[in-house]
Amino acid sequence: MIPAQFEYTAPTTVDEAVSALAQGGEEAKVLAGGQSLMPLLRLRLAYPELLVDLNRVAELRGVRDEGDSLVIGAMTTHHTVVRDPLVNQHCALIALATATVADPAVRHRGTFGGSLAHADPAGDLPAVTVALDAEMIATGPNGQRTIPAGEFFADYLTSTLQPGEILVGVRVPKLAGWGFHYEKFNRVAQAWAVVGVAAAVRRANGNIAEARVGLTNMGATPVRARAVESAVQGTQAAPAALHEAASQAAEGTHPPSDLHGQADYRRHLAQVLTGRALAAAARV
Amino acid sequence: MTEQAQATPGAAKEIGARRARKEDARLITGQTRWTDSIQVPGLLQMAVLRSPMAHARITRIDVSPALDRPGVLAAFSGRDFADEQGSLPCAWPVTEDMAQPPNPPLAVDEVRYAGDAVAVVVARDRYSAADALEAIEIDYEPLPPVLDLEEALADGAPLVHSDLGTNKCYDFHMPAGDYQAARDRAQAEGGIVMKRRYLQQRLQPSAMEPRAVVVEPIAAAGEFTLYSATQIPHILRLLLAMTTGVPEHKIRVVAPDVGGGFGSKLNLYAEESIALLVARRLGRPVKWTESRSENYQATIHGRGQIQDIEVAATREGRLLGLKVSLVADMGAYLQLITPGVPLLGAFMYPGIYKMDAYDFSCTGVFTTKTPTDAYRGAGRPEATYAIERAMDDLAQELGIDPIELRRQNWIRHEEFPFDTIAGLTYDSGNYEAATDEALRLFGYEELRREQAERRDRGDPVQLGIGISIYTEMCGIAPSRVLGSLSFGGGGWEYASVRMLPTGKVEVVTGASPHGQGHDTTFSQIVADALGVPFDDVELIHGDTKSSHKGLDTYGSRSLAVGGIAITQACGRVIEKARKVAAHLLEAADTDIEFSGGTFRVRGAPESAKTIQEVVLATHLAHDMPEGVEPSLDADATFDPENFSFPHGSHLVAAEVDTQTGFTKIRSYVAVDDCGRVINPLVVEGQVVGGIAQGLAQALYEEATYDADGNLTSGTLADYLVPAAPDVPEITMARTETPATTNPLGVKGIGEAGTIGSTPAVVNAIVDALRHLGVDDVDMPCTPERVWRAIQESSAASA
Repeated sequence: MIPAQFEYTAPTTVDEAVSALAQGGEEAKVLAGGQSLMPLLRLRLAYPELLVDLNRVAELRGVRDEGDSLVIGAMTTHHTVVRDPLVNQHCALIALATATVADPAVRHRGTFGGSLAHADPAGDLPAVTVALDAEMIATGPNGQRTIPAGEFFADYLTSTLQPGEILVGVRVPKLAGWGFHYEKFNRVAQAWAVVGVAAAVRRANGNIAEARVGLTNMGATPVRARAVESAVQGTQAAPAALHEAASQAAEGTHPPSDLHGQADYRRHLAQVLTGRALAAAARV
Repeated sequence: MTEQAQATPGAAKEIGARRARKEDARLITGQTRWTDSIQVPGLLQMAVLRSPMAHARITRIDVSPALDRPGVLAAFSGRDFADEQGSLPCAWPVTEDMAQPPNPPLAVDEVRYAGDAVAVVVARDRYSAADALEAIEIDYEPLPPVLDLEEALADGAPLVHSDLGTNKCYDFHMPAGDYQAARDRAQAEGGIVMKRRYLQQRLQPSAMEPRAVVVEPIAAAGEFTLYSATQIPHILRLLLAMTTGVPEHKIRVVAPDVGGGFGSKLNLYAEESIALLVARRLGRPVKWTESRSENYQATIHGRGQIQDIEVAATREGRLLGLKVSLVADMGAYLQLITPGVPLLGAFMYPGIYKMDAYDFSCTGVFTTKTPTDAYRGAGRPEATYAIERAMDDLAQELGIDPIELRRQNWIRHEEFPFDTIAGLTYDSGNYEAATDEALRLFGYEELRREQAERRDRGDPVQLGIGISIYTEMCGIAPSRVLGSLSFGGGGWEYASVRMLPTGKVEVVTGASPHGQGHDTTFSQIVADALGVPFDDVELIHGDTKSSHKGLDTYGSRSLAVGGIAITQACGRVIEKARKVAAHLLEAADTDIEFSGGTFRVRGAPESAKTIQEVVLATHLAHDMPEGVEPSLDADATFDPENFSFPHGSHLVAAEVDTQTGFTKIRSYVAVDDCGRVINPLVVEGQVVGGIAQGLAQALYEEATYDADGNLTSGTLADYLVPAAPDVPEITMARTETPATTNPLGVKGIGEAGTIGSTPAVVNAIVDALRHLGVDDVDMPCTPERVWRAIQESSAASA
């Protein structure tokens, strides 16, 4: 468990970080909380020549209110996100899902942006950002741009960040009057989700006015369960109707088969868990 | 407590007290010496290159490119040590014709499991050593892996050790009584002959501290000090002497504080041997520390058995006979007690029950996987799993309540001492008392009612009740018994009690703790025996120079064997001190009474000397009785006359989500009986930890291999060890039925929780699903397995 040698730099501003990354070229990697990258280095599954450590970049930490949305700094730790009053007030789904990430030690080190940029479809937060139509804010040599969450996750462990770009923050629209739930199914407390379901539901007059559903670990990227979202819209906010709509949760998904579950089991779980997530989000 | 411990002589102030563990301050804060934190001037770091293939011939190996890497001092392959490395020892030839292939520390011509050590690099730091491993050039010619136990025994199967001509290591057979007659009777009288196959998956021991070794040579003197994260410093010293040719008196082995073992540090490992050879070759100190990945590949695995069980019983449920046929996975090589682990179970399949006949057989099989060896419970968890699963299954077959079936067959408390069909004599036990208490705490009848209601209404969450009433043999072991089992060692333990001039006490023990709390438990025993304060006792262990003699810690033996040796040594100290006290008090030895740390003249209680006063007077030696040496130190070596047989009744209520297959333990009641308790806190810690480990086998842990023989559960991301939130609240209680075979009345408790818990949990899951047609789920009972079992049985019934 000894990583290969690498160079290391710890800039204190985003500009410095971007230029350090540019100098490092393709062999440079960004180090955020290190909870995914360090194991890869120690197992020698990754051999970067340069690590650009963002932990001293103060401007990347914290949550700010931008009126209709919140911007969560990429280096905000999971621990902070879970307790942040703005997040809990306006984007509670993020707090609920983040509270299930790994274990307390990981949550103290791991960061919101780091786990998104890692683009692990088994991670809990990618599906949440997809469900919430969040926007990723990236800064690179050519300045800043925003990438819709639905376009950010390209493939397994691959985002659409360009070489030289750093994820600096995530803009999350405030959702007033919605109910949320993150239904995580894992075998032991600190394990990745076998399947996870992020659900946001808006009720009106006893019906479901609108719902958004994101699925964790049901493919190479986090996916929206669009068929469920359509089916549930306008239905009665009652368990039977929600579970009926949830039976379409696995449509169009390509879940993996691994030690923790075969694909058919994951498809089945997606349906069961989506029903439960919708019911919990709708408070029924 | 439903039964009081028998009173023992002297005031028991410390024994039975919930003392916080005195070693915890240093262990928890890390302000102690672990092997990896040992620094020695000029220390070099060793890294080990391991085979990436399960089975292959090494056609070319060239370590020289590693020598060009920065910081590298040396690199060696197996060929460099072929003449001096010998073979790692197996101390348990279970049959006369057991196949015992060579087990070279570094593979020379052939690798036989993924992780087999093939070369080492020695460098100035561990980073350089790890980097240089990548420069070593090796060509492998792949050979077929041998993975499936039954296929390995088939004609024409590829061979792990081609020289043997077979993958069979041994056939062991132990018949007792006439099983065939018992079977015939069951059939003739309208009884039942029930067959079951249970599977014991492989487990990967996950001690918090990985293995580590430091070897410090004094080249000019030909002496070596070997520090190792081991359970067995004394045995290790002997084994190193036998395998490396370094004379025993020139080897000092030190086990500093050790962070867990669970049996996995009960071996002479390749890396310990190689580190010594390298240190000898280079004349420099060398350190090696295992990574978690190496731990999972190259530290022994546990379990790994196919269990074919046949039970013959009358229609009313009386057990007539039990037949057990095992196929046991040895892995690629025989480590220290690999072949004997299933045999430690051989005596325990009959469990707590009476029967007329028992037939045990076991076939050991080589595979191209990591060697297996002792893992917490070693053979007894496997046995208990099979018999307790079978009792629940038999109850179902016969339509009898599973508690009642057990009650009908177990040894009643008035029948002890009891000679079992397997040839053991259980000295004491009270299964009725423990079970009654467990049922009371559990609320058995209410839970059965709730179970019926959930079934009736087709609740998606079904409730199951699992039972496991176990006993086990521990306190290993009477030396003559080990001898009769062809084990290459004894089972005694040594202690020495040394009185310091100020009245403080140093106690040397041959037991070697690695987390159990010996310092605390033993201090309590000594404090009561000598009448000194708890804090005045210091334990010395784990260093062959200061605790020169011992047989170390495993098999829940430290208290039941080592603790007795300490008690006896304390008794000898008192006898010596009595003479001095008598002299000082001008009385006859026979008139001196000792209690609570004070010697008194019988009938003249004001005429007294404390033990501290006697110790100081002895140290000064100004006024000693005639012919008495000025020393109160005493040694003792205790060889137990029997094993100890703790027992317990574990009841589990499990909620099984039939939609996802997820199992939640709703309640867990454990009433354990380990005889007299020295420290309830330590006992509870052992019980909870043991249950967590056994529950992990039932629900979470499994070593898995792909079709090429690669370990696919080689990291903690894939090998699921439960964390605190996954372990349910456990309701613990105890009954105390003292052992009659040792003066303290104690029984081992280190493995009992692991032994008792696994079948209770699986029985609960199966019980939740029986009405759906599910009669077995293989371990670990993952949600997916449970879900599939439900799907398959509903498909079958449709």
